[in-house]
Amino acid sequence: MNPNSLVSIDDLSKEQILHLLENARYFEEHPNHKILDGKVVATLFFEPSTRTRLSFETAVNRLGGRVIGFSDAATTSSSKGETLKDTIKMVSNYVDLIIMRHFLEGAARYATEVTDTPVINAGDGANQHPSQTMLDLYSILKTQGTLSNLTITMVGDLKYGRTVHSLLMAMKYFNPTFRFVACDELRMPREYIEFCRQQGIPFEEHTEFSREVIDSSDIIYMTRVQRERFSDIMEYERVKDLYTLRNSMLDTSRPNLRILHPLPRVNEIATDVDDNPKAYYFEQARNGLFARQALICNALGITVPIKE
Amino acid sequence: MPQKTELAVAALRNGTVIDHIPSEALFKCVKILGLADTTHRLTIGNNLNSNRLPSGSKGIIKVADTFFPEATLNRIALIAPTAVVNTIRDYEVVEKRHVELPNAIRGIVRCDNPKCITNNEPMETLFETVTDTPGVIRCHYCNHTVANHKATIL
Repeated sequence: MNPNSLVSIDDLSKEQILHLLENARYFEEHPNHKILDGKVVATLFFEPSTRTRLSFETAVNRLGGRVIGFSDAATTSSSKGETLKDTIKMVSNYVDLIIMRHFLEGAARYATEVTDTPVINAGDGANQHPSQTMLDLYSILKTQGTLSNLTITMVGDLKYGRTVHSLLMAMKYFNPTFRFVACDELRMPREYIEFCRQQGIPFEEHTEFSREVIDSSDIIYMTRVQRERFSDIMEYERVKDLYTLRNSMLDTSRPNLRILHPLPRVNEIATDVDDNPKAYYFEQARNGLFARQALICNALGITVPIKE
Repeated sequence: MPQKTELAVAALRNGTVIDHIPSEALFKCVKILGLADTTHRLTIGNNLNSNRLPSGSKGIIKVADTFFPEATLNRIALIAPTAVVNTIRDYEVVEKRHVELPNAIRGIVRCDNPKCITNNEPMETLFETVTDTPGVIRCHYCNHTVANHKATIL
């Protein structure tokens, strides 16, 4: 077990989150700082995820480290029946850091328990994906100048969307106000509603994605409503377009409003929003590089020279 | 000698009596304690009247010449938090105590999430207590929660 491993955003204190965001800002200004010279990083993707893998591998490469790994478990010994424990122990012999994505939930936590090499969770099934949350936080900080006292509206699939759950948990330190906009079938699970109550976080639940909600938001966090999430296909057909954001809906929104989306986007944000300066989802994805550079250095115990 | 109106079972000379087990949890307790394979004299009673349990119905386990380590007994606190354990020596109750749920519940509960790593890798499960009343535990690995009385015992 390495104390620098990162499995869940809940493992981080407020101070650690702020420190990582400060480091992300440093890497945005110095993306090619070669402080990983001589380090080898493994990217073990038991489940394919092109976007996350390329972002992590770019982060390592820009920092001057080397990458080994695989992008599909079918080409590895796990397809021969090797346990995760054995794969992790074997790879630990070769590298300084393991970045892993797995289709099974809890795989990353277990991996940290069987090795002394630091592990970063790059997504374990529907469970945790802390680097996504870090880039979401960095995007909010960058566009709003603060994380504190913001009104954040989450729209779409709030039931299964792990990115909204993690963001909700991480924002507990920053006095947010939440709006949850979803149909009944995909509303925010009770445990997160209960979490808000316990933490004293004000929130409202809406089924209608109304102008009133949009106009009072600082951040709108859109998510994809997936057909396979519905037990009743008629219900999907009924609601699928109710939570689509169109450019005309933003006419009277706040000037500081920014639209976030973890991507991939399908039709929940109309393409006419893309040219609106309030659309931020592509830059948001770019911020993932800097957030991941900060996470990688943290996991390796490398101090980022913020003050030069 | 008081008249036995409820249960005619020979008194234990040495052994353990576990009383005040909720009826629905009785056989799960038997399983956790590994009593299916015991060769000692074993008496299991269920659906007996109870003034103490809200359901009004309890189960009881009496096993001769068997004493359980505290850790084993505390495992049944998960599903039978009301249980009282009596240690009998030479026909006398020498110890009477309530079970306590440990904070870390290892190797007792199976995670109900089929996509949890613990159901796919040869490893021990681990749950942590979320709330005591109502009893809720959470999988240390995949974070799925389950009410104690609905937990699947391994």
